[in-house]
Amino acid sequence: MESKLTLLWPEIILFLTACCVMILGQSRHKDSRNLSPWVCGVGLALSGLAALYLPGFLAGQPWTIRADKLVDTALPSLPIYGKVLVAVLGLVMLPLMAGVSDRELEAAADRGRPFEALRSTRGEFYSFFLFSLTGVMLCASADDLIFLFLALELTSLPTYVMVALSTARNRSMEAGVKYFFLGALGAAVFLYGFALIYGATGSTHFHDITRSIVASAGAHAPNTLALIGVVLAVLGVCFKIAAVPMHFYTPDVYQGASASVAGFLAFVPKAAGFFAIMLLCSLVGWQWTSDPDHPALALFGNAPHLPDALRTILWVIAVMTMTAGNVLAIMQHSVKRILAYSSIAHSGYMLVGVIAGPGPEGSPFSRNGLAAVLFYLAAYGIMTIGAFAVVACLDKKTGSQTDEADDIEDLRGLALTRPLLGWTMVLSSMGLLGLPPLLGFFGKVPLFTAGIGAGEIPLVIILGINSAIAAYYYLRFAYVCFIEAPESLPSAPKIEPSPAAGARHITGFLSMVGVVGLVVIAGRIADFAAKGGTYDAPFIKAAKPAEDHAAKPGEPAGEQAAAKEPHEHGG
Amino acid sequence: MGMLHDIIYSLPLGIVLPLFFALLICGCRPGQGKLIRALALAGTLIPCVWYLFIAGTFTWDHGDADYLKLTYHWFPAAGISLSFGADTISMLLVGLTVLLGPICVLASYTAITERLRTYYAWLLILQGAMTGVFLARDLILFYTFFEFTLVPLYILINLYGSTNRRAAATKFFLYTFTGSLITLAGLVYVAVKHHAGHHAWTFDFHALEATARSMTLREQTWVFWALLAGFAIKVPLFPVHTWLPLAHTEAPTAGSVILAGVLLKLGTYGIFRFALGFVPAACIHFAPTLAVLSIIGIIYAGLICWVQTDVKKLVAYSSVSHLGFCVLGLFALNSVGLSGSVLYMINHGLSTGALFLLIGMIYERYHTRSLKEMGGLARAMPIWASFMVFFTMASVGLPGLNGFVSEFMCMFGAFQSDSHRWAAAQAGHTGLLSGATPGELGPWFALAAGTGVIVTAMYLLYMLGKIVWGPLHEPGGSHGHGHDDGHARGVLPKDLGAREIGILLPLAALCLALGLYPTPILRALEPSTSAVARVIQHSRENPPPSGVPAESVASIAPADHPASDIAHPTSEGGSR
Repeated sequence: MESKLTLLWPEIILFLTACCVMILGQSRHKDSRNLSPWVCGVGLALSGLAALYLPGFLAGQPWTIRADKLVDTALPSLPIYGKVLVAVLGLVMLPLMAGVSDRELEAAADRGRPFEALRSTRGEFYSFFLFSLTGVMLCASADDLIFLFLALELTSLPTYVMVALSTARNRSMEAGVKYFFLGALGAAVFLYGFALIYGATGSTHFHDITRSIVASAGAHAPNTLALIGVVLAVLGVCFKIAAVPMHFYTPDVYQGASASVAGFLAFVPKAAGFFAIMLLCSLVGWQWTSDPDHPALALFGNAPHLPDALRTILWVIAVMTMTAGNVLAIMQHSVKRILAYSSIAHSGYMLVGVIAGPGPEGSPFSRNGLAAVLFYLAAYGIMTIGAFAVVACLDKKTGSQTDEADDIEDLRGLALTRPLLGWTMVLSSMGLLGLPPLLGFFGKVPLFTAGIGAGEIPLVIILGINSAIAAYYYLRFAYVCFIEAPESLPSAPKIEPSPAAGARHITGFLSMVGVVGLVVIAGRIADFAAKGGTYDAPFIKAAKPAEDHAAKPGEPAGEQAAAKEPHEHGG
Repeated sequence: MGMLHDIIYSLPLGIVLPLFFALLICGCRPGQGKLIRALALAGTLIPCVWYLFIAGTFTWDHGDADYLKLTYHWFPAAGISLSFGADTISMLLVGLTVLLGPICVLASYTAITERLRTYYAWLLILQGAMTGVFLARDLILFYTFFEFTLVPLYILINLYGSTNRRAAATKFFLYTFTGSLITLAGLVYVAVKHHAGHHAWTFDFHALEATARSMTLREQTWVFWALLAGFAIKVPLFPVHTWLPLAHTEAPTAGSVILAGVLLKLGTYGIFRFALGFVPAACIHFAPTLAVLSIIGIIYAGLICWVQTDVKKLVAYSSVSHLGFCVLGLFALNSVGLSGSVLYMINHGLSTGALFLLIGMIYERYHTRSLKEMGGLARAMPIWASFMVFFTMASVGLPGLNGFVSEFMCMFGAFQSDSHRWAAAQAGHTGLLSGATPGELGPWFALAAGTGVIVTAMYLLYMLGKIVWGPLHEPGGSHGHGHDDGHARGVLPKDLGAREIGILLPLAALCLALGLYPTPILRALEPSTSAVARVIQHSRENPPPSGVPAESVASIAPADHPASDIAHPTSEGGSR
C-alpha cells in the first residue's frame, strides 16, 4: 500500500496539463493556441505511463506492472486498468476534438481580425476534456464515498459545458441544459444513497463500510438501510451509464452535441459510471446466497451473488436497458440517435458482467464478470468512438446550410466514395454487433462465459436475443455504407468533409485498426483486464466469521483484527 | 524442404490461401477484369491442388476427429486457441467446398459484370471461412468461422441478387445470427461446466466432449436445444426454414450454389459434431421429435415445391425437403444412418449445386425463372436439357446415381433404428447390417420418409415435364430481349458453351461415380460414424442422471447405474 498521493500522480499530471492548456488556449499567438491539443496529448501519454509504471517504480521494480493491492478497496487493482484505459482512449479521442471550438473565431482571426481571447473557448474546451478524464481516473481509484462523489462530479461537470460549447447552435445549448439538469437529478439520487450508506455504517471509507455492513448483516442480506443506500447510489449512477430509468436524456443530448462530443459522452461518463457501480457493488460484495424461500432462487440457483434486492434491481435494469436500447434504435434515422440507443444497449450488456460478479475465488478471466466488463469497456469505447468519428468527419450541405451528416441516408455508398470512413463505419458497427472475428465478439464472449458461470442463464439468453435485435440496425449501417450506391440526385444534400476532418480521420483510423488489430493481442488485454477486475474476496470473508459473535456494536477490536490480518496476506 | 512440406501439409493453409488471393484481388484496379477473374480462379484452384496433396496422404479410415491436429495459442486468458484438425467427415466436406470454389468462379464469368473486385474477394473469403468451419477444433474458432460465413453471403446476395434481395439478405442474416447466438450460449455453458469440473479453461472440442457427455439429462436437454437453435436454422429444419427459399431465389447463381452446396451443411455438420458428439443422451431423448420435424419438412416442403412456378424457388424448397432426409439419417443414431447422412451432405451439394448452376444458365439467357414462361427447352438447348435431366434424376434418387445411395441409407438407418428389432437380433435373429443398434425411430419413420421420396419424384418430374419436355416455348418470343444482356448475346451461345459444360462435367462425373461405387467413401466414413454410434450406444447403456445438476452425482452416476438398462432396451424405447 502506498500513500494515497503517490498513486494519484496520473491525475495530478492530467490536472496540471489541464491548467496549462487553459492558459495556452487564450494565447495571442496562433501557434501557441494550436499547441494546446499537442500539450493535451503529451499530458495524457505521460499520465498513462505514470499509471502503468509508477507504482512499479515506487516499489523498486521499474518497468513492471504491479498487480498487487494499490488501494484499500475490494477492487484493489482497478486503478491501474482504469487509468490506463482512460489515458489510451483519451489519446484516441483527442484528434476527434479538433475543430470543435472556436471555428468561427479562428476563421475571423485568419482574415486579419485580432483574436478575441475573451470569446475564445478553446482553452476551456480542452481543459474540460482533460478534467473530465481526470475525474474518470479518480473514480477508478476512489476508496471513499466523498472521494467517489467528487470524482463522479468532476467527470460530469465539464461534460455539461462541453456539450453546450460543442456547436454554435441553440440545440447544443438546449442539450447542455437538459444534460445538466438531469445530471444534477442523478447526482442527487446517488448522493442520497451515499448519505444512507453513511447513516447505516457510520463511515465514508469503503473498507469500514464493508466491514460494518458485513458485521451487521442478516443471514441472507445486509442491513436494510445500507442496502437501500447502495441501491439508490447504483440507481443514481445509472444516469452516468445511461441505463434504463435514467436514460431518457441520451439520444437528445447526443444529437444536440456535436458528433465529437457525443463520442466523448458515449464513453467517458460511462466508464466512470461502471467504475463507480463496480465499487458500490463491492461494498456489499458478491458473497450472498438467497433465502431458500426467495422466488429468485428457482430462477438463478443459489451460488454466491449480490444481495437479492440489489441483484433483482440490476437484473431488471439490465434487461430493460438492453431491450429498450435495441428496440428504440431500430426506429431511428439519425446516426447519432442510433448510436445513442446503441450505447444504452451496451450498458445493459455490461451490467450482465456486474451482476455475474467476480466468480469464485481465483477465477480466470472468463469467469470474472468484472474483468469482462473492463474488457468490454475498452472494446466498446474503441468501436463507438470510431462510429462517432465518421459522423464528425462529414458535413452535409443543404442549400446554404451546413450541418453534420447525421442522417443515415447521408452515409450512402460511403465505402465507395470515402473508403476510410466507410470501412470505419462498417467495421465499427459490425464490431458493436459482436460479429466474429472483430473485437466486439471477444468482448461479448467473456460476458457470456461469466454470466453462465454465475448461473445467470436467462440473462445470457436475453443478452443473446438482444444482440440479434441489434443486428437489424447495425446491418443498416453496413448496408447503407457498403451496398447502396451514393446518392446521385442533384437535389440530394452534398456530403463533404468537415473542416477539421483531417485530424478526425485519425480517430476513425485508430478505431478501425483497433477493431480488427486488437483481436491479435486480445489475450494480453484480457490478462490486464483480469488483473484490473481482481476482487479481493478475503476482505469480506475475513469479516464474515465476525458476524456470528460480533453482531452487536461495541466490539470493533476483534472484528478489526479479523479483517486486517488476511487482508495483509492478500497484499 | 521439411518446412515447406510441413506448410503444404498443414490444414490452415486451406483457409489462408483463398484469403490471400482475396487480398490480392483487393489490390487490383477496378478495370482489370481479366486479372481479377484469373486471380479468383487461381485462389480457388490452388486450394484444390492443396486438397489433393492432403487427401493423398490422409489416412481415411480411422475415426479420430483430431487427426492432423495443429494448435496455436491465441487468447490464453479465455482459453481460445487456433486449433485445427480433420477427420474423414471434415475432409469430405472440405473437399466439397474446394471443389465448388472454382465452379462458382467460372459460373460467374458472364453473370457478374459490376464491382468485380468486391464480388470475387468476398467469394474467396467465403470459401476460406467455410473451409475453416470444417477444420476448426476450437469452439470459439469454429463459431468465428461459422458466423463469419454470414457476412460474405449477405454482401453477395445484397449486391448481386435479384429484385427482392435486400429483404432476402436481411432475413437470412437475422435468422441465422439469432439462432447462432443461442448456440453460442449452449457451447459456452459446456465450457463453463468444464471449468467447474477441471479448473482449466478451454474451448477445445476434445476436452469439452467428455464434460458435455457427463452432464445430467436436464442440462443436456438445454444444451441440445440451444445448439439446435442455431444449427436447425442453418439446415434449415421445418419450422425455421422460411429464410432459405427467399435467400436462394434472390441470391446470384454462385451464391445459391454455395448456399445449397456447403452453407446448409454447416448446420448438419454442427448437429453431427456437437449435438451427437456432445449431448448424446439428449439426442436419444429427442430423436423422435427431430425425426418427426424432418419428415414434416420432407413432405411439406415437397408439396410446396409442387405448386411453385419459379423454378429456382422450386429447387430451393427441394433443398429443405432433401436436408430433411439428412437430419433423419443423423437422428437414426446408428452407423448406417450417420454414414448415409454424411454422404447425403456431399451428394446434395453436388446435385443441387448443379441444378442451381443450370437454372442460372437459363436465367442468364432468358432473364426469367418462371415455369409459365418457358417450356420444352430440350428442343432449343439439347445439351442443357441432358444435364438438367441427369442432375434431376440424381436429385430424385434414381438408382445408379448418387442420390439413391444416401437417401436409401438414411431411410434404412431410420428403419433399423428400432429397439424391437434390435432385441430380436440380440436373441439370435441376425440378418441386420453391422452397426445396427437399438434406436428411437423405426419402420414407421422410414415409411413416412418413403412417402417423401414419392413426393420428391413428383415435383421434380413435374418440373422436368414443364421446362424440358413438351412443346417449345421460349420466353419473350426469342432469347436475348432482356434489358441488360447486350453482352450476354455476344458471349453466350444458344446452348451451353464449353465453359459451362466444363463446370458441369466434373459434378456429373462425381454424381455418377458416387452412385455406382460409393464403397470407398462409405468405408472411410465407417470408423468415424461408428465411433459416434458407439458414444450414443454408451449413453443409452449408461444414461446420465436426470434431475437437478449436482456435480458429485454427475461424476459417479455412470458407475452407479447397473447394466440392467441394457437388458430393457424395449422399455426405454417404448416409453418415448
